[in-house]
Amino acid sequence: MVGNQERSTRALRAPSKYSARWLAAALCAGLLAAPGVATAAWEWNFQPAATPIAQQITHLHELIFWICVVIFVGVFGTMFYTLIKHRKSVGHQAVQFHENTTVEIVWTVIPFLILLFMAWPATKVVLAMHDTSAPDMTIKVTGYQWKWGYDYVQEGFGYYSTLSTSFDQIQNRAPKDEHYLLEVDNPLVVPVDAKVRVLVTAADVIHSWWVPAFGVKQDAIPGFVRDTWFKADKVGIYRGQCAELCGKEHGFMPVVVEVKSKEDYAKWLAEQKKKVAAAADDPNKVWDLKDLLARGRQVFDGNCAACHQPNGTGNAAIGAPPLVGDKVVLGPRQHQIDVVLNGQTNGVVATGGAGGKMPSWKQLSDVEIASVISYTRNTWGNKAAEDIVQPSEVKAGRK
Amino acid sequence: MSSITQPVGGHGHGHDEHAHHPTGIMRWVTTTNHKDIGTLYLWFSFTMFIVGGIMALTIRAELFEPGMQILAPERFNQMTTLHGLIMIFGALMPGAVGFANWMIPMQIGAPDMAFARMNNWSFWLLPPAAILLVLSLFVPGGAAETGWTLYPPLSIQSGMGMDLTIFAIHIMGASSIMGSINIITTILNLRAPGMTLMKMPVFCWAWLITAYLLIAVMPVLAGAVTMLLTDRHFGTSFFNAAGGGDPVLFQHVFWFFGHPEVYIIILPAFGIISEVIPAFSRKPVFGYASMVYALSAIAILSFLVWAHHMFTTGLPAAGILFYMYATMLIAVPTGVKVFNWLATMWKGSISLEAPMMFALGFLFLFTTGGFTGLILAIQPVDVQFQDTYYVVAHFHYVMVAGTLFAFFAGIYYWLPKWSGKMYNETVAQWHFWLSFIFFNVTFFPMHFLGLAGMPRRVPDYAQQFTDWNQVATIGAFGFGLSQLVFLYAVVSAIRSGKPAPAKPWDGATSLEWTLPSPAPYHSFETPPVVK
Ligand code: HEC
Ligand SMILES: [Cu+2]
Repeated sequence: MVGNQERSTRALRAPSKYSARWLAAALCAGLLAAPGVATAAWEWNFQPAATPIAQQITHLHELIFWICVVIFVGVFGTMFYTLIKHRKSVGHQAVQFHENTTVEIVWTVIPFLILLFMAWPATKVVLAMHDTSAPDMTIKVTGYQWKWGYDYVQEGFGYYSTLSTSFDQIQNRAPKDEHYLLEVDNPLVVPVDAKVRVLVTAADVIHSWWVPAFGVKQDAIPGFVRDTWFKADKVGIYRGQCAELCGKEHGFMPVVVEVKSKEDYAKWLAEQKKKVAAAADDPNKVWDLKDLLARGRQVFDGNCAACHQPNGTGNAAIGAPPLVGDKVVLGPRQHQIDVVLNGQTNGVVATGGAGGKMPSWKQLSDVEIASVISYTRNTWGNKAAEDIVQPSEVKAGRK
Repeated sequence: MSSITQPVGGHGHGHDEHAHHPTGIMRWVTTTNHKDIGTLYLWFSFTMFIVGGIMALTIRAELFEPGMQILAPERFNQMTTLHGLIMIFGALMPGAVGFANWMIPMQIGAPDMAFARMNNWSFWLLPPAAILLVLSLFVPGGAAETGWTLYPPLSIQSGMGMDLTIFAIHIMGASSIMGSINIITTILNLRAPGMTLMKMPVFCWAWLITAYLLIAVMPVLAGAVTMLLTDRHFGTSFFNAAGGGDPVLFQHVFWFFGHPEVYIIILPAFGIISEVIPAFSRKPVFGYASMVYALSAIAILSFLVWAHHMFTTGLPAAGILFYMYATMLIAVPTGVKVFNWLATMWKGSISLEAPMMFALGFLFLFTTGGFTGLILAIQPVDVQFQDTYYVVAHFHYVMVAGTLFAFFAGIYYWLPKWSGKMYNETVAQWHFWLSFIFFNVTFFPMHFLGLAGMPRRVPDYAQQFTDWNQVATIGAFGFGLSQLVFLYAVVSAIRSGKPAPAKPWDGATSLEWTLPSPAPYHSFETPPVVK
């Protein structure tokens, strides 16, 4: 349970000092009759902070929120007072004044002083958030349409992190699980109590890497590298999302960070390094159809289904052709390797739609490309003559 | 109510003055009359409001439950884009110009606008632009799916719907600039003898300042989208890092337009409110001079704060501090305006007819939006809120409960003068309360969604966001349907309302109320003399 971001856990937890509780309570009371909301979670405040910065942001927000509430009550208290007392219907005669220099100066200067009072703590937090010096480790985050790439810069390895919620759940054909849309195949893993510097960039369009519990949101801008940092003080799993509209699957590229204890992290790191070493030999290994298909399905659902659809029927609206019965998929494998590696623009016109842009998939590994090609050649009724592509062929196809 | 049922002065005055004009549809196509054109603008605005509203309801319907139900994700994004563009450029801005056309000549004692033919042209550019926008839904690839902010590189990827959008923006920009030139010239040159600038109604001041803002920033937007166009088709790399450009440059240019734009949308609303509150408090507006200075201060500051829309792009700390302080500073003149409105009501003799109710609704909700704006100005807090539903809540509080409510206030206030008929007070009060309640049901929960971490512009969401989304969707349909009450209130008033006296509001003082109702075709043929 420690530091866990589970919704159920938070709902059960005794409420802490919530800044807008009363407003919410009033509104809830009025609306409980709405259908389908009985078992509600009614989330309405920040996720519990897991870094000192997020903590400071929460406090800053509370401070400013309450100042606003006090002014609000003052201003509208006055308004309601005058609405009740100075009504024509109660016989009030208008008093014809229309300026008062003293009053006007006072209500210009006082708000100014209140703003100064707010600006001071805010400035401190701004400066703290910008202090990316002396990190314990550095991770490079790359936004892709539509997944995240994580590179452990000092350790020399990296991987992709893709939504793992099934299409059936999204299409309402299967019950939604607890972390619907907030779950990935490979979360980012970091040690607790370590200052992690994050270098953020993107490969295609602008994305934004956001972990609410860390108080970190940094736009990922293609061609530029920005940095930010966090230091998680609780072990747990933290969930966020891409926060900059990045195209059609923008709502489907969550950020999941797993904060492990120092020992668990060391273990995990060792495992990863072993895997990387093993994967290094892979391209020359000869894979059989079964392994390729299993792997290929994962790769397809994670990367291609967004456009070509999970069942390969394509999406005319964006020009993605069906792969079922497609001549490239059933044709010579060399050509398909070329299309998938390098992309293709306006080569085909999807039925009932337009020609579109098939992105390049160079960033996938040889094994991934070989398996996804083999997969498309052997599913949905496709049966290509040249049915299997080996990683070594993909390697040869990269120039 | 007693004040509005007095015997009728100038009704039946009719439109016989324009007997020599074409009739039927050609009357509207060729008209150079500020009232006809004002009417065209207002009906156009209402039509766009319905179109954009239907898109909003489609969005809300998709978001009623987690999972994809009625829209494919790319269609969803197209809806959010068009909803934003249509509401801003199709509903709010033309609506404000409609008010300007109707009221400025009458309030300054002029016969018409300064450039009558250009006035016709600036209206008739709008329908083609709107058609381009709506048409873009049906071209291959669909409409732009970038949100109304059109950020590259995403907007470079889009299909030809983006090109149609760019052309539509060019056309609407040309229309706005012509409208602004007209308004500035009219105000500076056609005022009645004795009507000094500092005697003008606040509404005219608000529009004068707005028109300058428009002239300053519409070309900037045109430049930004033109650079997009050349990046898309002619091999330039303004926004493409691989060619030496910078995608963030677009955001700077866009928001240099975009921030003044939000004041372009709100200042005319401030103007309307500054007419309505004194009239129904039966007192002159408090602090006239400071109202004018506050409007100007807001306008000037609006050029210095654009990067608060870009607080998560990775600006240097010094930049963040500058934009944060400048943004917070806007609270001062805005506060002055709110205090002035309150002081206008203070010790007045207040009555609560529909225009006043909408003005009070405006005051209450716009100020709420102002406070969330202040919270968003605090950059560390904005890091949590940027691109979440909190922002969506914030700007709907200032643009819907702000500008739109002010429009409603203005329409009920001036409809007697425009049409010569009174609206039905009961229907209008219903319209107010339904709008007020459903507005809050729709948008208040969005603050919670933002706090809890729901990003904006997503077609689907995690399950913990379900409850408030359902509340918001219910509210949105309620709000949408409430506007049918508005349509009924206006149409029934025009067709069968009681005849209106020249001055149905005993507290109103500006020049338009010295004209009969409905106002004659050419407002002041001989200029009135203002003491
Ligand atoms: C961003 C959407 C998108 C994604 C993701 C995508 N594709 Fe495509 N794909 C397209 C489009 C659009 C075309 C048609 C391009 C054209 O018109 O030349 C295409 C074409 C193809 C073709 C050639 C079809 C033909 O007849 O020419 C193949 C094969 C293919 N894709 C396989 C894949 C595989 C395998 C993946 C996953 C690794 C994938 N695509 C991911 C959009 C996409
Ligand atoms: Cu993204």
